[in-house]
Order: sequence, then C-alpha cells, then structure tokens
Amino acid sequence: MSDTVARTLIKGNEAVAFGAVDAGCRCYFGYPITPQNEIPETMSRLLPAVSGHYVQAESEVAAASMLLGACAAGVPSMTSSSGCGISLMQEALSYMNGSMLPAVLVNMARGGPGLGDIGPSQGDYFQAVKGGGHGDHRNIVLAPATAQECYDFMFRAFALAFTYANPVMVLGDAIVGQIKEPVRRTPPADALSPAQLEALAAPWRVEGRGKRGPGAAPRLIKSVYLAEGALAARNRLLQDKYEAMRAEARSLSYNVDDADLVVVAYGSIARAVRSTLRALREQGVAVGLFRPVTLYPFPDEALRALAAARPGRRFLVIEQNLGQMVEDVRLALFGAAGCGAEVLWHGLMPGLLANAQMLEEPVRMALAGKEIRS
Amino acid sequence: MTTSAYQDVIIAGFGGQGVMLIGNLLAQAGMEYGREVSFLPVYGAEMRGGTANCTVVIDVESVGSPLVQTPLSTIVLNEPSLAKFQPRLADGGVQIVNASLIDKALVDSKRRTVYIPANDMALEIGSVKMANMVALGAWLKATDALPLACVQDALNRVVGSHYAKLIPANAKALAAGYNFA
Repeated sequence: MSDTVARTLIKGNEAVAFGAVDAGCRCYFGYPITPQNEIPETMSRLLPAVSGHYVQAESEVAAASMLLGACAAGVPSMTSSSGCGISLMQEALSYMNGSMLPAVLVNMARGGPGLGDIGPSQGDYFQAVKGGGHGDHRNIVLAPATAQECYDFMFRAFALAFTYANPVMVLGDAIVGQIKEPVRRTPPADALSPAQLEALAAPWRVEGRGKRGPGAAPRLIKSVYLAEGALAARNRLLQDKYEAMRAEARSLSYNVDDADLVVVAYGSIARAVRSTLRALREQGVAVGLFRPVTLYPFPDEALRALAAARPGRRFLVIEQNLGQMVEDVRLALFGAAGCGAEVLWHGLMPGLLANAQMLEEPVRMALAGKEIRS
Repeated sequence: MTTSAYQDVIIAGFGGQGVMLIGNLLAQAGMEYGREVSFLPVYGAEMRGGTANCTVVIDVESVGSPLVQTPLSTIVLNEPSLAKFQPRLADGGVQIVNASLIDKALVDSKRRTVYIPANDMALEIGSVKMANMVALGAWLKATDALPLACVQDALNRVVGSHYAKLIPANAKALAAGYNFA
C-alpha cells in the first residue's frame, strides 16, 4: 500500500461505502438501522456521482430482493444492515445462494437476540457462517477489525463474490462500524478491476433480449429445480463450489512462535486481545493471537498447523457471544488431525463494551489451564 | 516538546457540550502528527441533553483496543461524567475537570487533577460553546500528547466550512486552556 496517499479520518461504515464504490459497486439497496447508518448515508452521496443507483427500500425484505435483481444483471451491488434487518434478508439471501449470484451484504452487528441494543456483538456468527436462511447455502464471510480493513475488504468481497458467483457477507459490529481511524483510499493488491468483475459476470448475467445477437439462447436465473434429479445436480454443483471456496481461507497470527497459549479471536475483539497480549508481553508473559479473517471458509488448516508446531499448546477462544466460533475451533482441532489440542473458551456478553484490561484475567487463568467461561 | 508514545483519553459530558467534536479534533491532529489513532463514540439512543462520551487512543503502532477500562486521562465536562469516570482513572493518570459545572468537593484529592473553569474562560473568549476547546487545551498541557499548534491547525479540517469563521476563536480557546496555570 502506498504511503504517499494521504490518510483520512473516517468511520468504518464510511470506509465500507468508499471501498465498495472504489471497488466498482454501482447499486445500493437498504433500509436504515443503527449502528450502520453511515453506510447508506455515504452511499447516497457517492453513487449518484458515479452514475450508480441508491435506493432506500421500503423494508429490508424489499432491499434484499432488489439486490437479487441487480445481481442477476451482473451489476456489482450491495446492501447493508444490522441484527434484525439481516434476519429479514435471509430469504432472499438463500435465493441468491441458490441462484448463484454475487451479492455483497454488510452486517454491522448489534446486540441480540431480538431487538437487543445498538452496541457491539458477535452473536450473528452462526447466522453469517452457517447459512442463516433455508437450504444448504454458504456465504463467504469476511471479518474486518479496522476502518482500513473495512475499505480493503470491500474489494475482496466483490472479487470473491464474482469469482465464485456466491454471496459474500462482511461481518463487523458496532465498534468496527463506528470507530474512526486513518484510512488510505488505495485499492489493495488483491483487488479486481470493474472490467474484470464484468468479464466474470458476462457468461451468465441477464442483459436483455438481443444484446448477444440474434438467435442467442435466453438466460434464466432461478433457484427452483423441480425436475427429477435437477435439484440434486444443483446441490452437487453448489457443494463443489463450496469446496473450491475453501482455498480462500485467510487468517493472521501475532507472536505465536513461542506461545504456549494462543488466543483465537476475530473482529473488534481481536483488537482488544492484541492490547491485552501487548500488556502481558511487557510483563514477560508470552501469549499469541490467531485471528480468523475469513470466518467462512474457516481457516482450520492454519489453526491445525499452529497446534502441530507446538504440541501441548493450548487455545483460548474469546468472542462476544455465548459460544459460537469456539465450535469451529474445536472442530478444526478435534482428534489426531487436529493434534487434539485443548480448547478453552471465554465469552463476553453482548451488551458489554470490551476492553483490553477485562481480558487479562481470563488469559492468565487459561495459561494455567483454567477456564473462565464468561 | 517531548510527546509520549501511547496516550488514551475518555472525554465525557452532556450531549451538546462538544465532546465528540474535541474527540474528533484530537484524533485528526494525532493522525496529522503521524501517529496511529482511533476515535470511538459511545452514546445511547439519546443525543442533545443526554450524556455522551468518546475514547481517543493515540499510539505509534496500530491501535489495538479502542476502548479502555482504566484511562490514562479523562476530560470531564459535567458532574455525571465525573461520577462515572473518576473511579476508573488509571493510577497516576490525570483528569481535566470542568470547574464551572462540577463541585470541587466531588473531586478526589488523591487524583492528579486540572480543575479548570472551562465555561467561564470560554465565555470570556466569546462563547460558552468553546468550553470543550478550553478543556482540550488544558489536557494537551497536562499530557504532552501532541503540540498545541498541531491541534489548532487541525481545526481547519474538522470544523465545517459553514463555521470556519469561528476557527480563530476556537484556537484561542485551546491556547487559553493550555496556558491555564
């Protein structure tokens, strides 16, 4: 990334909008909800200036269905919401998975269940990672932790969505969305150009009769397969795609080499953990951090490699929910293939504001093999 | 002028006292000074008249936790904020307390405190609305976190063009707070 590009101080939500538009997004559909309102606000300003379309829909259900339509036309498009709004979008999200459409959704998660509060939470992990709607659908899930990553990950989101013709969810929370930090507006190295996105959509997008010349077969984008064997074939195709997506697993590790304990945390909580570990390191305590960047596909191979590199090393999952990602960590490390490493868990309740100091005790106890569950 | 490597501050007051504005200003100035910064606002459903606070972290490496349990410093502009954040101030930390609105009897004498009549000083400069700038000026002196001139200059990027004519007075309010005892 170029250091010559000036840094601007913007919110994570604003960075999402700038990143999306810079990545080529030209349609936004959404309905307001805290703590992500700066996304539609900024989009409503940016999109008309690039001949894009901004629509404040009558509901989240409508917004998600509008997104389906724009994606079917192969236009880089997105929506964003939080908590209950994302729940309302699950029907269309399942349809977009079934229809193999490159939708991008941003969830700046708030506390739940129900209407909950407007504070940070990681309680939507299962919903994002395990599907959320009906049927066997899988979203690629990216978890930014900083405003700069909010910007960068929007490029990655559109690149992955179009590469796999699959919905991508960017999962932040109230902290990631509301934090203001310096951001450089330069495309990351893995960005695809708008022309590359268009080329990826060219083989399947619906673009109006006659556009591809006389006699061209009509295209139909759908998720209904009633003929005998058709749905099984469709699900086989989806399964093959989901398997291929596993190559996109990403993670970051900090100070893990000599660590007998590795904390596993993502998003805003990984930031708090990083400060906790910095304070502990100054006291001579060596603890590392493993941060999943993609939550689906989950970076299980990298996690297994960490376990194999130092047999006997323990893992402590810290997340702001009642125990969700810990299941994926345990699955990754289960049995001989996962070295059978011990996995402890500490949960921060949604409704709390996490900071580095409050995590010191659970980490110290985990070093001694003791679990403070919450 | 020496500036310390890491600094964090919780800024708190009533909605409308400009808590978010000086948080923004401080983060902008820190960024322009070449530091890593984070600004995180915390408010409930209420806005004007309710209580609001924000946390600013200034660091030489990328900011980890944007929230702190025991801040190294606080700027408290009203009494409810003193009650909330005085007990959380880190040992050896410093608090800037708005003497115009907060009874001295409530201030813990064991805490390093700059007890400054921010509203009164701001009124003298031209408007009580600049009490936030007076308090931030005092904070800059007490912490040595950033040069005063850097923060004064950053006003040009944080204050909207509609209010640009108020920048000189705000810069003066920052200086007044900085030069207070």
